[in-house]
Amino acid sequence: MKKNPILKIFLSLLVLAVAVLYMYPIIMIVLNSLKVESAISTNTVFELPRSNSFNGLNNFITAITKQGFLQSFFYSVFITVTSLISILVCCSMCAYFITRIRSKVSSFLYYLFVFSMVVPFQMVMFTLAQTADTLRLNTPYNIFIIYLGFGAGLAVFMFAGFMKSVPIEVEEAAMIDGCNPLQTFFLIVLPILKPTIVSVGILEAMWLWNDYLLPTLVLDIKKYMTIPMLIQYFRGSYGKVEMGPMMASIVLTVLPIILVYIFAQKYIIKGMTSGAVKG
Amino acid sequence: MERSLRKYWPIFLLPTVIAFIIGFVVPFAEGLYLSFCQFTTVNNAKFIGIKNFIRAISDAQFGASFWFTLRFAICSVLSINIIAFIVALWLTKKFAGNNFLRAVFFMPNLIGGIVLGYIWQILINCVLSIVGKPLLALNSTAGFVGLIILMCWQQIGYMMIIYIAGLNSVPDSLIEASKIDGATNLQTLFKVKIPMVMPTITICMFLTLTNSFKLFDQNLALTGGDPNHQTEMLALNIYNTFYARAGAQWKGMGQAKAVIFFIIVILMSFAQLKLSRDSEIQQ
Repeated sequence: MKKNPILKIFLSLLVLAVAVLYMYPIIMIVLNSLKVESAISTNTVFELPRSNSFNGLNNFITAITKQGFLQSFFYSVFITVTSLISILVCCSMCAYFITRIRSKVSSFLYYLFVFSMVVPFQMVMFTLAQTADTLRLNTPYNIFIIYLGFGAGLAVFMFAGFMKSVPIEVEEAAMIDGCNPLQTFFLIVLPILKPTIVSVGILEAMWLWNDYLLPTLVLDIKKYMTIPMLIQYFRGSYGKVEMGPMMASIVLTVLPIILVYIFAQKYIIKGMTSGAVKG
Repeated sequence: MERSLRKYWPIFLLPTVIAFIIGFVVPFAEGLYLSFCQFTTVNNAKFIGIKNFIRAISDAQFGASFWFTLRFAICSVLSINIIAFIVALWLTKKFAGNNFLRAVFFMPNLIGGIVLGYIWQILINCVLSIVGKPLLALNSTAGFVGLIILMCWQQIGYMMIIYIAGLNSVPDSLIEASKIDGATNLQTLFKVKIPMVMPTITICMFLTLTNSFKLFDQNLALTGGDPNHQTEMLALNIYNTFYARAGAQWKGMGQAKAVIFFIIVILMSFAQLKLSRDSEIQQ
C-alpha cells in the first residue's frame, strides 16, 4: 500500500502534536523558568515568554547561587553514586555466592531477600531511621550502607535470577587454571553479567536519585538536603519562595535525566521494565 | 570449586548481609515488636498487647484513608491499563515516529514523585483558577482526579512497554489464521490477542495496584492530604500518625497501622503469585 505524501506529512504532524501535548507539563515549566517573576501567575502561566517578560538565565543563576541548589545537587550525586557502586559490587558478589553454594543458609538468605522486596517502606521507616541514628549512619557520606541494606533485596534477586543461567563450566575451567574465587568472579563472571549490571544499575539509580522519604527521615534536614528534599522544602513554603528560581530548579533537576535518557533510551527502558517482567 | 569459594564467604557474603541486617532485618523485627508497644523512641518501649491495633482500626481517619486509597487504586488501575493497552495497540503498528512516541510516553517515568507532584500542582491549580473553581488545597474532588491524572501520566508509558512486549510475542500465524477464518479486526483483538496476552495483563494490573496502594511521594507533593485529610492515602496517613502528632500513643498506633498496611500488601502479592501461576498452567 503506497501512501500519498500529503497524508504522510499529516501523520508526522499528528505524531509531533501528540508528543508535544504529552510533554506539555515539562514544556510549561521550562518556558516559565525563563520568565520574570511578575509574569508567572495563575493567569499568565500558560503564556509564552515575551520580550518584556523574558528573563534570560537569571532564574537559573538565582537558583544555583542563592537557593542551595548546587549543594543539594552534590549530595544527590554523591549519595546516588556511592550507593549504586556498593549495591552493584556487593550484591552481585552475594548473589554469586548464594547461587553457587547450595546450602540451607543460601536458600534462607535468598528467600529473605525476596521477602524484603515486598515489604512497604512505611513498615520499617521509623525503626530504620532510629537504627541509622544509633549507628551514626546519618550523613550523606555513609548513608550508602543503609541504601545497600534496603536496596539489596531487588538487586540480589535480579542478579541471582540471571546467575542461574550462566554455565558453571567456564568458572571451573578458570579455577583449574589457577584463579582464586575472587579472580574468577571479577575476571570471568562479571563480564558475562554486564547486561544485568546495566539493568540493575539503571533500576537502582532511578530509585536512589528520586528517593525522598528515606533521606528525609535519616539525614539531618537542617544540614543536608538532597534534591527531592529541597523541592519539597520549598513547596511547603508557599508565597515566600520566588517561583522563577523554583521553576529553574525543577528544570535543572529534570534536565540531566532527560539528557541521559536521550542517549541511553534503549538501555533505560529495558532496565526499568526488566524488574517488572521477572518479578 | 565449591570448597574454595566457601572459604571466601566473608568477602562475598558479609558486606551485603551486614548492611541487610542493619537496613532491613533489624528495623523489620523491631517494627513488628514495637507495634505491640507504647513508645516514643526505640529505647522506651513498653509492651501493651494489641491495644495499638484496636486504636488503629477504630481510627476514623485510617478507615477513610483506606477507602480513599481503594477508590483511587480501582480508578487508576483501570484507567492506566486501558489507556496503556490502547496506546500499545496503536504503537505496535508500523509508522514513522513510532519509536519516538514510545520514548516520549515512557519519559515521565524517570521523574521522581516529588517533582512530578509539584509540576502537576502548579498546572492543575492554574487550570482551576482560570475556570473559577477552588484550588487543590480546598478541593478534594480535584485532588482525587488530579492524583489519577498524575498517575496515568507517569505510568502509562511503563505499562505500554510491557504490553507492547506482550503483543509482539503473539505469533503472527495465529493472527493470520484468524483472518483467513474471516474474523474482523475487533474479533481478532478480543478472541485472539487479548486471551494471548492475559498473563501480561495480570502482571500490569498487579503492578499498578501495588503502586497505587503504596503511593506516597506524589500524594504528599500534589495534595499533601488537603483539604482536611480528605485526600490522605494510607502511606501518608501512617507517616502523619508517626510524625505530625506529639504524644505517647501515636507512634505505637502508627506502627500498628504500618503492620496492617504491610499485611494488605503481602496479601496482594500472594494473590498475584497465585493468579500468574494459574494462568501459566492454562497455556
